Amino acid sequence: MTINFTKYSTFYYVISGLLIVAAIVSLFMFGLKFGIEFIGGSSMQVEFQKDRPSNEAIQKALKSFNLGDITIQPTQGTGTVLQFKGVDEATHQKILAELKKLNSATEKSFQYIGPSIGQELRNKTELAIVLALLAITLYIAFAFRKVSKPVNSWKYGITSLIALFHDVLIPIGVFSILGRLYNVEITIPIVAALLTILGFSVHDTIVIFDRIRENILRKGMGQFEETVNWSLNQTLGRSISTVLTVELVLISLYFLGGETLKYFALTLIIGITSGAYSSIFIASPLLVSWYKWSLKRVN
Amino acid sequence: MQQKHYIFIGVLVLAVLAGIFAYPNYFNNSVDFLNHKLSWTLPHFPEKPYVLGLDLQGGVSLVYQADLSQTADKTGAMSGLRDIIERRVNMFGVSEPIIQIQGQDRLVVELPGVTDVQQAIQMIGQTPYLEFDEQRTEAESKPILDKIKEIQAAQEKKEDITKIKDWTLALQNPYFKPTELTGKYLKSATVTADQITGKYRIDLQFDDAGAKIFADVTGRNIKKPIAIYLDGASIIDANGDGKIDNQDIYAPIVQDKITGGRAQITGDISVATATTIASRLNSGALPVKIGNPISQETVGPTLGSVSLQKSLMAGIYGLLAVVAFMIIFYRFPGLLASIALVIYVAITLAIFKLIPVTMSMSGIGGFVLSIGMAVDANILIFARMKEEIKSGKGLSQAIDEGFRRAWPSIRDSNFNSLIVCAILFLVATSFIKGFAFTLALGILVSLFSAIFITRILLMIFVGPRFEKFKWLL
Repeated sequence: MTINFTKYSTFYYVISGLLIVAAIVSLFMFGLKFGIEFIGGSSMQVEFQKDRPSNEAIQKALKSFNLGDITIQPTQGTGTVLQFKGVDEATHQKILAELKKLNSATEKSFQYIGPSIGQELRNKTELAIVLALLAITLYIAFAFRKVSKPVNSWKYGITSLIALFHDVLIPIGVFSILGRLYNVEITIPIVAALLTILGFSVHDTIVIFDRIRENILRKGMGQFEETVNWSLNQTLGRSISTVLTVELVLISLYFLGGETLKYFALTLIIGITSGAYSSIFIASPLLVSWYKWSLKRVN
Repeated sequence: MQQKHYIFIGVLVLAVLAGIFAYPNYFNNSVDFLNHKLSWTLPHFPEKPYVLGLDLQGGVSLVYQADLSQTADKTGAMSGLRDIIERRVNMFGVSEPIIQIQGQDRLVVELPGVTDVQQAIQMIGQTPYLEFDEQRTEAESKPILDKIKEIQAAQEKKEDITKIKDWTLALQNPYFKPTELTGKYLKSATVTADQITGKYRIDLQFDDAGAKIFADVTGRNIKKPIAIYLDGASIIDANGDGKIDNQDIYAPIVQDKITGGRAQITGDISVATATTIASRLNSGALPVKIGNPISQETVGPTLGSVSLQKSLMAGIYGLLAVVAFMIIFYRFPGLLASIALVIYVAITLAIFKLIPVTMSMSGIGGFVLSIGMAVDANILIFARMKEEIKSGKGLSQAIDEGFRRAWPSIRDSNFNSLIVCAILFLVATSFIKGFAFTLALGILVSLFSAIFITRILLMIFVGPRFEKFKWLL
């Protein structure tokens, strides 16, 4: 049995288009909540002995410190994460003493990021993203340089780049909603995960494109659409297996792993799922649509 | 025996050695047991602990920004700063501290196991910074004094002083300016009692370079005062009011050019104060100023070990799930790929120990992720093999074709991931570095295990007698 993947390509484009629009809209409406490593500030994780004092009680206790906006985020058990503007060690100790007055508590971790470091980190991250995108596009164009007919090698590069944006935008959109609803922040692990999605999503697309390249070389270049469909059918088993094995690991990391890696795993789960989808339903149909469109233009 | 058998044995030995090295407990316990039962004297396998990052073992990480604006030899000053802080930290009794220069003017101090952060910061930050200042000319002091007046006026009106042009000028000392002579050139400080007056004094001895600078500075300041500051404040309580504040200036008048690099600090000082100052100076005067840390991270000892435990459990369950998946979907080759995957885990862990790679939360994330990705090459190969068998090829030919045809895809996609890792490693911060490094290492080792080891296993276990059990493939 051969599945005709490109038959309903308009439908897939619409679905993905809607998802991307939703992601962009939520980005504009809610923005992204960046962690203190990007904006500077202090973050403090405290575990109270018995009950967690109410947020109001904590706010009131810390009022005299002029900490600006204090975000109070409950974690598992009686744990609480507090975030506020940057303070030095002496103030930090006073804050801790004040919290201990509310209810005996132990401090699990404390982090202070100066404003200059935050800025620097943002710049570095932006640079890393741009470089990664650039390198990936160049590599694909290079890897497919021998395939020029019936579709130019740079078109493979562009379509995988489109799929790439799709795969990264969707998790970012999800995080903008999560940030709004549950105060989930974009932290360094999440950025690392997003960059890994870049690699992985292309990884997936390359395998399919490779097969298309091979089939074109073997069968000649007639019937491009059939060749693409045929290649997709051949690689489908592999695509599913690869994604599943990675997802198995990530799901266990999400449910069993430590707090730090939870959202890291979630980002990868969303990104890799969308990567597998886009390789099959977006990148390859786009190649075919592009090919048809240029045929029409010639005629 | 054929060549493939030798290679197979080699792979087995490598796997077993890597496994024991990665987790020597079982092996060494069995050795103990045998030695005890049979009174043998078998040696233990050498144990080497994993290097755990601060986020996993608890501790403090501090980042300092050094003020290099007054320094010409920036690299030298930074390495001097690092050495002195290292000495101080060692005196504090921290096990395996890491003190690193980051970029041009940053110093990262990592203190595993330290819980009293305040004390640690004090110990590092309050390391004495000794400076010798000379008097400003009136032309130099006037703008500063004017600016201070301007700022004071603005403060009274509750205006934002940072809006005033050159407002930082007001932070400078209006009467004295730093000379090139700092604590960097100090050789030793000793306390002596003056034979005639009975008062205590501190003798400073500079090194050769310092002696030259001191001669120069004193030479151009004859009949003028030289102020001596420690950590930005007067070195001693000059006006005798029991505290050191802005009112104090210890500024002896230079009588003559001083060669030989000796300076004396005299005044109304008790022996206790003199001894404290001298020992602080001896334990290391910082060559450049550092303020409070610009970034700080403290992780409690329990938090780290809990997240380590959890993530390791997650890794183990993930590994088991992948093994189950591979065996169900790819049957016998899947089993072989699972064996290769377990060998992959052992080799990678052994390499982590051997280099050693500092394992942080991010590194473990990268490693666990790489377990899921490691079988990808196998999946590509096996999918190809199945196709070739379907198209009617013989077993050994199908295996060969599977490896050969899957290779371009494996190469391209892994190369891509390696590019991303390299960029992350070069550009990003330490968290991402750890992640990128373990992921890249994982990709490289997995290429070896998924292609080389799986192939050897297939060559050994899938022979002509397997033709009957083709359903297993």
